This record gives sequence, structure tokens and C-alpha cells, in this order.
Amino acid sequence: MSKEPENNCAGGPHGLSRRGFISSVSAGAAASTALREANAASFQVIEAVGTVLPIQLKINGITRKIQVEPRWSLLFVIREVLGLTGTKIGCERGECGACTVLIDGKPRYACMTLAVEAQGQEITTLEGLMDGENLGPVQQAFVEEDAFQCGFCTPGQIMAVEGLLRRNASPTMEEVRVGLSGNLCRCAAYQHIFSAATRAAERKKKGGMA
Amino acid sequence: MNLSAENALYYVTGEAAFVDDMPEPSRLLHGLVVTSAEAHARIRSFDLEAARRLPGVAAVLSSRDIPGHNQMGPVIRDELCLAEQEVTFAGQAVFLIAAETMELCRQAAAEIRVEYEPLPAILSLEQAMEAQSLLGPPRTMCRGDAEAGLRAAAHRISGTLRTGAQEHWYLETQVCLCVPGEGREMTVYSSTQHPSETQALAAGVLGISRNEVAVEVKRLGGGFGGKETQANHTACWTALLSRATGRPVKIRLNRDQDMIMTGKRHRFRIGYSAGFDSDGLLQAVRFDFHSDGGAASDLSFAIMERAMLHADNAYFVPNMEIRASVWKTNLPSNTAMRGFGGPQAMAAIETILDRIARHLGKDPLEVRKRNFYRHAPGNVTHYGQTVVEPPLSEMADRLAASSDYHTRRRAAADFNACHEFFRKGIALTPVKFGISFTTTFLNQAGALVLIYADGTVAVNHGGTEMGQGLNAKIQAIAAAGFGLPAGQIKVNATSTSRVPNTSPTAASSGSDLNGMAVRNAIETLKQRIAEAMPAVFADRFGGEKSSAEDIVFEGGCIQDRRRPGCSVPFSEAMREMNLRQVSLAASGFYRTPDIGWDKARGWGKPFHYYVYTMAVSEVLLDLLTGEARLLRVDILHEGGRSIEPGIDRGQIEGGFLQGVGWCTTEEIKWDEGGRLLTHSPDTYKIPTSGDVPPVFHVELLEGRPNPGTVHGSKAIGEPPFMLGLSAWLAIKDAISATAGHREEPDFDLPATGEAILLSLQRLKPGR
Ligand code: FES
Ligand code: FES
Repeated sequence: MSKEPENNCAGGPHGLSRRGFISSVSAGAAASTALREANAASFQVIEAVGTVLPIQLKINGITRKIQVEPRWSLLFVIREVLGLTGTKIGCERGECGACTVLIDGKPRYACMTLAVEAQGQEITTLEGLMDGENLGPVQQAFVEEDAFQCGFCTPGQIMAVEGLLRRNASPTMEEVRVGLSGNLCRCAAYQHIFSAATRAAERKKKGGMA
Repeated sequence: MNLSAENALYYVTGEAAFVDDMPEPSRLLHGLVVTSAEAHARIRSFDLEAARRLPGVAAVLSSRDIPGHNQMGPVIRDELCLAEQEVTFAGQAVFLIAAETMELCRQAAAEIRVEYEPLPAILSLEQAMEAQSLLGPPRTMCRGDAEAGLRAAAHRISGTLRTGAQEHWYLETQVCLCVPGEGREMTVYSSTQHPSETQALAAGVLGISRNEVAVEVKRLGGGFGGKETQANHTACWTALLSRATGRPVKIRLNRDQDMIMTGKRHRFRIGYSAGFDSDGLLQAVRFDFHSDGGAASDLSFAIMERAMLHADNAYFVPNMEIRASVWKTNLPSNTAMRGFGGPQAMAAIETILDRIARHLGKDPLEVRKRNFYRHAPGNVTHYGQTVVEPPLSEMADRLAASSDYHTRRRAAADFNACHEFFRKGIALTPVKFGISFTTTFLNQAGALVLIYADGTVAVNHGGTEMGQGLNAKIQAIAAAGFGLPAGQIKVNATSTSRVPNTSPTAASSGSDLNGMAVRNAIETLKQRIAEAMPAVFADRFGGEKSSAEDIVFEGGCIQDRRRPGCSVPFSEAMREMNLRQVSLAASGFYRTPDIGWDKARGWGKPFHYYVYTMAVSEVLLDLLTGEARLLRVDILHEGGRSIEPGIDRGQIEGGFLQGVGWCTTEEIKWDEGGRLLTHSPDTYKIPTSGDVPPVFHVELLEGRPNPGTVHGSKAIGEPPFMLGLSAWLAIKDAISATAGHREEPDFDLPATGEAILLSLQRLKPGR
């Protein structure tokens, strides 16, 4: 069974692992730049509960100033703090892809990314794929191809396709399969999702959007 | 784009709200369920005081704090809502916590002191059998004389087959939001397949009546049977916390909790003996079905019954005897899952057919065809239902031709002859699946259709939308009924306040039952409107008076089919109806006719009709790693006249792959203490995009409308699941090829890579 999630980055965008990051937080540093330099030894995340940091996140083109606890995942912040519930919770451990968002155009598991890590980067969620009032090309393709059943994995699948097409405008079927291998669909609507990916690629090309 | 496009938009924009996405009411508390880590233990003592004292913690409850009954068994009242003196499985709910944040819930949980005294636990079917730990009395079902048939047969085989558990792995875990109202009222937003039962059980634990509990279900992020009874649990727990605090409470199980706490597809151990002649024609079959029910009954007996009713699958067995026992173990109570016992039974009978072919050196397809149900007297099942005009042989021929079955089997043999480390295997398996609840009274549905004075329509029915496209089908039925564009029809969230006493959305019957109820409501409304329209036409157009029989609903208008031009747009007509004091609300009801099932005798007509479907799978097996890859799958499905072919295709492909998962990679394991080891996607492998066969053909057999259902359609949800058995037997075929198809491989289900390697090893000692 091939299940090497393509869009998961265990190391985080800056090569900073979650665990490493948490332990540096416990040193009590207050700003993320300082955090990375902080040289913490102990692993005392429980004590850090309640400590909040002001950060800025650029989500769907809008910069938002928010207060976060250092241990909060981007997924938690997107859903619970910002109320963008298009991004779903499936496993919270980087296995299912329901929480996929784009960070600087690349698909990432929001559950495996700390909110503070995502500062200074462009975050795109499903809500950000709309083309004004209209559906974006990938969204449109999912509708046209009946590419979902219960729809719970759909936001993540759409983001994975979007990410795939941004780095590869004309993926082969094999590349589509691999590109989506980090997104589980228990309804197993895969076949239709593949078709949607292919259709979206055509749509994007026609629309002149790469 | 199909008719469902209207709703589809919400799914792709992220607007489609699942329970956890709903705007949270103010003062919402989060709920956590504290569970047992012991499979079987006495609770000596517990202390909740420290947890209760934590700031931000609103309630910590034990079974003593339940105002109503401490009970949530759906059929048999043998399942506690919260453990009392004893825990009977690891993952059983013992305490409930509500707090301002989930973090505080966890802190409170850490403050709870419980003293357990471990007791011996039963963790396998063998242990249960040894201890005679039955959940209920065993059952038998027979026709003819299996014993004599076996004795008289020219050939006999016997063996034991084990089939594994399966986790539902709905993407949306169990979740519920409760909002208390005035007095004792409670509104329950649940991801449940059975809103009426959720209502009844929540009312039961709260000690209030059903009219004080409203359950609302917008949609489920997958159910597959896992939310038929076990969504009730989360709802009951949430309701208790909400009642205790007087505040809205939400419980969402995380993935690990969900997998640890909820039941699975039943494991089976099946003993079988079969007698047949030298053409492979079955003379007698005897089955011993043993299922692992877990710690409580749940739906285990209904599931076992469906297994017994599918022990024949598509084959006429003149002498059949089935003995069935449901065993009690210290594991979470196993529950409904797509197929509901059918898959386990079919795995057994298909194993027999497969073995007969190997035993006689014949092509398995030939043996299967020889045994298919056909004309009388070979068309009566072992429980007395006549299989009317089974299309089995014609389907098998057609599928064999369209999939090049024979050519590819020869090609596989050639391939196998010249490869050392790879084998190919091919198998064609059929499915005949009975549609209806075998608990006959459940075959009913209600609907409430409302027309507003602007001509828009709201449809309420008792089914739940969980990805099977039910609402799209209902919308299509209503649109066709009123002659309106689908966009003018809105299908509301399912609510016990609008349609009472509904059956679960299960047994694949959601659109059959609810579609008919909706249609009946629409017919009532149309009749009413047709009677009032002649007066409207007379006022508008004068002339001769129309008669109600000539009124038709078409193209968004209401017209007199005898008087061209005598037509009013639907919306205008509805304004008129309102002014003329015509009621524009109607309820509809439906119960499945012509079924009757004598449970005690095991005889009758439990099913409204059968669905037939078949698949050919080809696999490539790597003998060194045990990895099996699906190369090509061809499915031919007889589904009546499809209301929404796009949806049905999706159900077929999805069901098939889920079946393949059960047959191959999905393996549930517990440790020696009865604690689930495979409680996350790290260790439990459901099919991914890489498991979709590169060549995957699905053909819907047209031209056989189903009499007696909406638009001649047939149920679709479950039957394709069992097509996964074709992949399983294709793997067995590939294994068997390593010994020239002369020896019978050891082969249970699931066929994981590990199981395949072991089977290969045993087949070739010294390899
Ligand atoms: S929720 Fe993030 S990968 Fe499953
Ligand atoms: S559509 Fe249900 S999980 Fe993918």
C-alpha cells in the first residue's frame, strides 16, 4: 500500500520539528525568532498552557493579528480562532489529509503545523480558492465530476489538487495518484477525484491560470 | 453536473456544515469521556472531588449522576451508558467531564482517581466458546437434510474460515452538540444514522419524554453503519453533560478515542462442510457461524440473521443447515457495518465454491455458474423466498465477455509459468443481496412536504444524508413529482420534530423507503391542488370547467392537459392556493408491502427484492514481499433504473474499495490486555488513492426497472461492498498458482501481506 503522504512536512517549513519547537517554547521565550534560538533542555509544555503570543497570519490574502498559545496547531487556529471551518479535522496526526491547506502554495497538513510556524507565509484555505463569487477551477471540477460522497475529505482533497496543479500544471494519472496519496477518502471516491484533478488541470490551462 | 449540483456547491466551498462546523452557541462547554483502560475489572472505588474542584470544570459525572436510565442498548437493554460496578471492555465510558476548554477536560481527567480490580477477560472467539460465554441463545436455519446430503455426496470438503473485524473509519468521528432549552427540553445535533433512536435513548438517560428531545441531523461525514447505533452513545453522553450544567455541550471523539471506544464489523469464525457431485453441483452445505458480539448485544443478532440469510449468496443449495452463535467478549460491542453480516457469510460460501473448483480441477466460474439460482425448483432460498428471474447466468456471461475473463485467465497462467517471483490471479464473484430490514417493522418511512406561497418546496424525510446521495435522490423525486426544477426544492435537515418514529438510514433502503414516503406526500398535495385548480382556471381563462383528473404538473407550471394555454406557473398557483385556503402541507407514509418473515421458523419472504452485482478482479502478487496489487477490476451491476447514475457509480466504486480494504489491508489487533493496538491510521490501513485499480470499469445493467420502488430504482449502498471478495479470491488464486492449483492454500480474511507470506510458506514447505 503506497501511503507516503506527499504533502506532509514532518520538519515544518523551516525545518523546525514540532517537538523541538515545543521544547524551545517551554524555555519561556516570547517571540518566535527568539524562540528558535532559545536553547531549551526541558520538555515542560504543560506549564506553557495559557501563555499567549501575539502573531500575524496571512490567510487567504488577509493579514490577521491574533493571540495564540505556542502549542496551538494551525488547524486549531484556522477553525477555532478564525472560524474557517472548511478545513476539517480527520485524525490530528498527519495521516488523513482532511486538514490540508496551502502554505506558500504547497499543500501542508495544518494539524502538523504550529500556528507560530506559519507566520510570514501565505496560507490558503478552501475558502480562499473562490474566484470572487464564483467557484475556483478545482472546486468547479469537483462539482462537475461528482468527486465526493460524504464530502468530509473534500476540502482537503481540493487543496491537495490545487497544490499539485500549482507545481505541475499537467500531471499524468500516476502523478495525480501520488499527489493525492496523502489524502484519505473513506467513501473511496478516488476515481472521481482523479477525474476532477484532470478536469481542473484543463480548466486552469484554458483559464490562463497556471 | 447532476441534480445534486445545488447542494454540491456547499461541499466544495466549505460551507457544508458538519456538526463540528456549526457556529458554536455562547457559553459552550467541551465534553470528554473518560474510559476504562481495563478489558474487565471491578471498580473498587473512585474519587471525582479533585477533578470537580478545578476552576473551569463545570461537571464531572459518573453513573450515579444519571437522572434517567443508565442504559443505551438499542434493541436489548444490556448496554450501560456509564459503567457502574464493573467495566467490561477497554474503552468503555466510565465518567464524563464538561469544561470550558478541552485542555481543562484533560486536566480534570488526570485528577480522577479510580481503583480497578482486574478480572479475567475473554478476548477471542475461542476463549468465549471455551467459557460458553454466549450473548444469547444460538439459532439454526435449515432446509432439507444437510447431514444426509453430505453423506450421499460424491465429494466433500470441510474447513474453517476466519474473517476479521473492520473499523468504519468515517472521516468525521462521532460528534454531538446539545443545547438545552426551556424546562427539560434538549436539542441534539448529532451525526447519527438513526435520529429517532438517538432521541429515544437521550430521553431515556435524561429521564424525560421523547417530545422534549429534538434530534437534528444535517449530514454525516460518513457512517457506513458505525453511526446506526453507536452515534447514540456520544449523543447520550453529551445530553447528560448539557443537562447537568444547563449549558450547551459538544463532544467530538478524536480519532484514537473513536477507534478505541466504538465497535467494529463482527469477526466471524465459520466452520463449513460441503457435499457436491463431480460436476461441482452443490448437494448440501452445513455452516457453523460464530460471531464476536463484543460486550453487549447492540445489533449482533440482526447481523447474524442477515449472515444466515446470505449464506447461500447466489447459489441454490438443496440441503442447508446453518447454526449460529453470537459470543460475548470483553471488547467494545460490535455493530452494523456496510453489508451487515452479508460479507462474512458470502466469504464462506465463496470459499466453498472456490475450493470445489480447485478440488475438481475446474474453472471456478464454471462451477459458480452451475450452482446459480435459476428456474423452479432451483429458485427458492433456504429460507423459503423465491428468487424471481435471477439474472445471474446472463450477467456472468456478459461480464466474462466484456472483461475478457477467459483470455486473461489463460494469459495469467502463461505469465505464472514464466515468472519466478510474481503470480497473477483472477476471480469473478457474484453478489445477490436482499433488500429490506429483516426486522420487518423497520420497513417504514415518513415524510412531510411543505409548499410555500412563493412556490418553493421544502421536503422533510426520516433518512439521513451521509454521502450516499439520498438528499439528491429525494430532491430528484420531488422535482419530478411537481414538474419543477430541482433548484426550487429544498431538502431540510432531518429532524425528529418534523418526522417522528423513523427507521435508521441503513440496510441500503434509505431512498427506497423515504423516496416512497415523499412521493406519497407529494401525491396527496397534488390531488388537493388539482381539485382546487379548476376554479383558478375558470376565473382566469373562463370557458368550460377543467376537471381535476386533467390537471398536470409540468415544466414549472400547472395546466389542464385538455385545454392548451390553460396554464399557470407553479409559483402563482401556490399563491392562489394560499388565498383560497388550501392546505399546502402534507405528510406521507410508506411501508414495504409483500414482505413477511417468520423469525422463529426462519421461513418466509424477508426481502422486498434482491440486488445483483458481479466483479472480476485481477491481481499481481509479489511472492517475496506478499504485496498484492489490483491490476484491473470490471464490475457489472444490476441496479434497476437508476435515479442518479453518477451517484450510483460512486457508491459502487466506493463500496468495492471498502470491501477490498476489509479483505486485504484492514487488520484490527488488540494486545493481550484487550486494548486496541490499531487505533490510528498509522497502524490501520484503509485503501488510499494508490489502491484504486489502474483499470476500473463499472457498467450498470440497464433495462430492468424494479417494480415496486421509486422510479423502478434499486438500493445501492451495501451490495458492492461484497464485490471486494473478488479481489480476495484473486489473491488466493495467485497463491494457489504457486502450487499449480493442486493444493488448497490456507487462506483467511484479511489477506494482509503477512498472511499472504505465511500462506505461501505453508503451501511450499522448505521454500
Ligand atoms: S487532520 Fe491533519 S492529517 Fe488528518
Ligand atoms: S467523500 Fe467521504 S471521505 Fe471522501
